[in-house]
Amino acid sequence: MIPSQFIITVRLGIKSLALHKLRSSLTMLGIIFGVCSVIAMLAIGEGASYEAQEAIKKLGSNNIIIRSLKPPEQARQSAGGGRGGMGLKYGLTYEDGARLQTTIPGVLRVLPMRIIRENVRFQRNEVPCQVIGTLPFYPQVTGATQIRGRFLALLDQEHAENVCVITTGLARRLFPYQDPLDHAVRIDAFYYRVIGIIQERGQVEQRSQAGKMEGQPLDNNVYIPLAASRTRFGEILMRRSAGSFEAEEVQLHQVTVQMRDVAAVETADPQVKTLLSRFHDQNDYEIIVPLQLLRQAEQTKRIFNIVLGSIAAISLLVGGIGIMNIMLATVTERTREIGIRRALGAKRRDITLQFLVETVVLSIGGGLVGVAVGVVIPIAVSQLTTMKTIVTPWSILLAFGISGAVGIVFGLYPAKAAARLDPIEALRHE
Amino acid sequence: MSSRAIIRLEGIEKTYVLGEENIVHALAGVDLRVDEGSFVAIMGPSGSGKSTMLNLLGCLDRPSAGRYLLGDEDVSQMTDDAISEARGRRIGFIFQSYNLIAQLTVIENIQVPLLYQGKDLKASYDRCVELARMVGLGERLDHRPTQLSGGQQQRVAIARSLVNDPLMILADEPTGNLDSKTGAEVLDLITGLNDRGKTIILVTHDDKVAARAHRIVRMKDGRVDQDVIQRPS
Repeated sequence: MIPSQFIITVRLGIKSLALHKLRSSLTMLGIIFGVCSVIAMLAIGEGASYEAQEAIKKLGSNNIIIRSLKPPEQARQSAGGGRGGMGLKYGLTYEDGARLQTTIPGVLRVLPMRIIRENVRFQRNEVPCQVIGTLPFYPQVTGATQIRGRFLALLDQEHAENVCVITTGLARRLFPYQDPLDHAVRIDAFYYRVIGIIQERGQVEQRSQAGKMEGQPLDNNVYIPLAASRTRFGEILMRRSAGSFEAEEVQLHQVTVQMRDVAAVETADPQVKTLLSRFHDQNDYEIIVPLQLLRQAEQTKRIFNIVLGSIAAISLLVGGIGIMNIMLATVTERTREIGIRRALGAKRRDITLQFLVETVVLSIGGGLVGVAVGVVIPIAVSQLTTMKTIVTPWSILLAFGISGAVGIVFGLYPAKAAARLDPIEALRHE
Repeated sequence: MSSRAIIRLEGIEKTYVLGEENIVHALAGVDLRVDEGSFVAIMGPSGSGKSTMLNLLGCLDRPSAGRYLLGDEDVSQMTDDAISEARGRRIGFIFQSYNLIAQLTVIENIQVPLLYQGKDLKASYDRCVELARMVGLGERLDHRPTQLSGGQQQRVAIARSLVNDPLMILADEPTGNLDSKTGAEVLDLITGLNDRGKTIILVTHDDKVAARAHRIVRMKDGRVDQDVIQRPS
């Protein structure tokens, strides 16, 4: 067949389908539902896993994060650790940090952090914050970017200077009308000079979204030199609440170990576990390996996609069976026409092609409409709910490809059946 | 006169096996020669093997035994593809019930045989219009078969049968569904084609129709019973 004849066959197919508009559109409906459910389901799945992955990526895939954990009540009593004098003593120590740095191979940096909840004040503004005592290489480990000024320097650490760096969100809340740089903010009983503004990774201009009324935005952070944190706040942290009074002694709240590369993370993970367990007789820390979380998230996503994909594929299959059913009926109905065409010189493959083209036109047509609907549904879902959806190009190609394949696979049998008809019998058919 | 033979049937047999001991000999050894430009009517009562003969001549079926030469080709041993191709190129069919394709217009129906010969429809469009004019339907190119009368539909079928310029036209009771007046008109048209040199084989049991032919072949019990030349072609 030369191309122009193929075009004629396609036109003829469309014409024959147009003869039974209701029947053709009902047949197409099966494919439309199938294709749009493939795209919509994959978009919703993709969106859900994207959010999870973003959250994990923010932690840094080269990092191992160790957090101090308050041991559970009964464990504390049985251990009896430190309950006698001034409150409870638990968590990571400065020595842990030093040991991690010296023992684990492949360590690039060990970033200690003391995290204290305290209100930060400037003039009449007061914002509840996390006051983080840390070291100058904080941005290199966490991927935070310097927006203005500078970050903490080594000298600040050595002299335990009263300087601080604030996040963009806090800068906006605390200094609605002024330039924060070189102003002094009050934390507890001391004043700290603002020397810089940074932006945490992933906190790209967080606009207050409708329906996201979280008590405290994530980026209200103040960074001060670790030494300043030690001297100004002391090792024993006191918390007063409604008349009662609780004291605890925590040296470090978090230690982020930055590894040389992803491979080093894999080997270091068990080493960190054994090292820490040797010096902690109670379970007062947790180890978070973002890389592993990421892998788990990817695994989950894969399973999720397979489940969603197969549900959608089943609906496509059902659509395909619908097409086959209709085409078989059509072949019977048009037996006479097949006979006439055979008498006029049509070869078996001409007849096969004619009916196959009709089926493929049906399924591709359904596929196109399905793609359109399938792209709209996720958008509507994102608009109506807070769920994030991502329509990936490959899901469109996949769905469209499957619809085409369904047309060929389910069209082949009816088309072959049509071609196999005996021309004499077919001509006699009423 | 020594015309070129278009059809040569040599010892054609056709048997249908309906059951283990129920074998029907629809054709039991037919020899027939049809020359170019002749007008042959095949007649016979039902069960005489007339329809089987028509199917074989039209290359819609293959003989159980014997040789069928159509032009210079032996079509009795051809593959399905080759015989389909020969059928489309060398034979023009006219059926009792017109057999137009309902979803196509007049001009498109005339074009169908061209499609299967791989011919360029644009290049032969003018010729198709010419054929439509010849059968008196030049003004109705875009009509559908359902919008035409029986006589008009049969005229479209005649135009369609000519489009590939076949060796012969095979007409199966072409006037069977028409009243006598339109039947006569259609018959005039067919006779006119023969006058211009087209070979015509016509299957009928109407004596008045057969009277137009130059030669009448009467079938009986799967054999040629009588072969009468009424007037020389």
